[in-house]
Amino acid sequence: HQVLRIKASNEEQIEKLQLLETLEHLQLDFWLNPSTPAQPVDVRVPFNSLQAVKVFLESNNIEYSIMIEDLQVILDEEKQDMANSQQRERSSSTFSYGSYHSLASIYEELDNLAYEHSSIVSKLKIGESYEKQPLYVLKFSTGGTNRSAIWIDAGIHSREWVTQASAIWIAKKIASDYGSDASITSLLEKMDVFLLAVTNPDGYEFTHTTNRMWRKTRSKTQGSLCVGVDPNRNWDAGFGGPGASSNPCSDSYHGPSANSEVEVKSIVDFITNHGKILAFLTLHSYSQLLMYPYGYKCTEPADYEELDTLGNAAASSIYSLYGTTYKVGSICSTIYQASGGSIDWSYDYGIKYSFALELRDTGDYGFLLPASQIIPTAEETWLGLKTIMEHVRDNPY
Amino acid sequence: DIDNVGRKYHLKLVLEDILEKDNIVNCTAEILYHLGNKNAAPDVDFTIEGELKNTDEQDNIFYNRIKSLKKELVAQNIPDSHGNVPPEMEPIRLLARVAAGYVAWQNSTENTRYELAQIKDVRQVKRSDDYLEFDYMVLLHEFVSQEIIPWQMRVLWHPQHGVKVTQNSRQPKPAEY
Repeated sequence: HQVLRIKASNEEQIEKLQLLETLEHLQLDFWLNPSTPAQPVDVRVPFNSLQAVKVFLESNNIEYSIMIEDLQVILDEEKQDMANSQQRERSSSTFSYGSYHSLASIYEELDNLAYEHSSIVSKLKIGESYEKQPLYVLKFSTGGTNRSAIWIDAGIHSREWVTQASAIWIAKKIASDYGSDASITSLLEKMDVFLLAVTNPDGYEFTHTTNRMWRKTRSKTQGSLCVGVDPNRNWDAGFGGPGASSNPCSDSYHGPSANSEVEVKSIVDFITNHGKILAFLTLHSYSQLLMYPYGYKCTEPADYEELDTLGNAAASSIYSLYGTTYKVGSICSTIYQASGGSIDWSYDYGIKYSFALELRDTGDYGFLLPASQIIPTAEETWLGLKTIMEHVRDNPY
Repeated sequence: DIDNVGRKYHLKLVLEDILEKDNIVNCTAEILYHLGNKNAAPDVDFTIEGELKNTDEQDNIFYNRIKSLKKELVAQNIPDSHGNVPPEMEPIRLLARVAAGYVAWQNSTENTRYELAQIKDVRQVKRSDDYLEFDYMVLLHEFVSQEIIPWQMRVLWHPQHGVKVTQNSRQPKPAEY
């Protein structure tokens, strides 16, 4: 469709244009109707009538120009502009859970959650990263003193972006569902939940500014040009054994000693000081696996049967939503032997319900999981975690 | 275990079409990892039950689109940090996956698992014949070591003649990576 601007030079031409108005078959849409020669006449002309109208104007010597060459283009641009501004508004006043965010943006949302749901959510600082970023844990609690609790962490490996993104969604879910969802309500009446959404903030920041594939911490290693320690080889569980590298340039470098990484030490201190953590759940990506100890050795944990049964129940819950299949097993038998891992430490410390999840996908996008899959991943993961948490609630020890 | 030869695995697997999750095909395979020469790729023999989906139409659409480009195709970071792939780059990504599969096979041992992590750079190479040729710089993710390994691949493709990796080489990792 084109929009023509017509300039009638006298009354006679105005009359001719008014005649045009009556020709309904042309389907003309006058934006400015013919009235006096002093005023322009603007008319939207459908494609099929263009030739007829132009011929009419030209044969009557009526001056015109093309004001809009293609109306559709303008409509499309406007639609895009509106979508853009809507999106901008959305991210300033409400956090978009279906996108990946900067560290600052996630930290801001942690504050928002603590503020909006202040009756059950509070924010704790459990330490600082190597580069002095705060390590913030959200505490979900309905009160009481000295309650037993469940620990959940995400993003220990910074390139695994779907984990931090899922963690913040899960935080929102817990906060929103308290009071309406029977399961989470009854859980929080008895126990607390601690959620560390960004376990490795230095690494996370680095994945945004410099290298999307960064995995480790950003600590400097004496005597090496290479930076960073694999925080999931740094725990005091078979430290320095098979499946971890002693080369500082390696992505699975275990570090100079167990707990050398402040990010790891902060969690260890928190958990040991708390004294009543009953479950330790950690999120990784990718591969779609649900694993229990051990990684540092290939022997079964004492609670193998219970953990395997519970793991399979959780995997079924995950599957129930979108058909996403998870493999269940010990770290050693499912993935590889890997020493110094977090759930091996937590289990040997006495936290029976220690599980590590590897979220979507199985390699098609790998670490670069499209943002459109964040919410589905978070939703199904939440069902799996809930299954485990319900079991913990019903089987205190 | 086969004395003086290596270790053979008999596999029963299911192939799933990543573009059409309901499309699955059963497959059996025999993989022989050679003793001694660790640089040799494992031998692979396989049988597919039934047929793979015919993709002639999509192949030709992609082929004609690239053939009609005024300038050689050049692109970076597929997918980008957020997992986005522009629709017109999807076939380029899939081609890289196939080519990376070949590279993975050639470099596989019983202790490796390779996945294509990202295409850092792809450039179309001008050709005077019917083939399409692309030079890829990709990042491979090796699961056991968790390393990200830059790798270069030269890939030839034709709708009727399939994919061929004519040349590939592991790249050094830049210092601060």
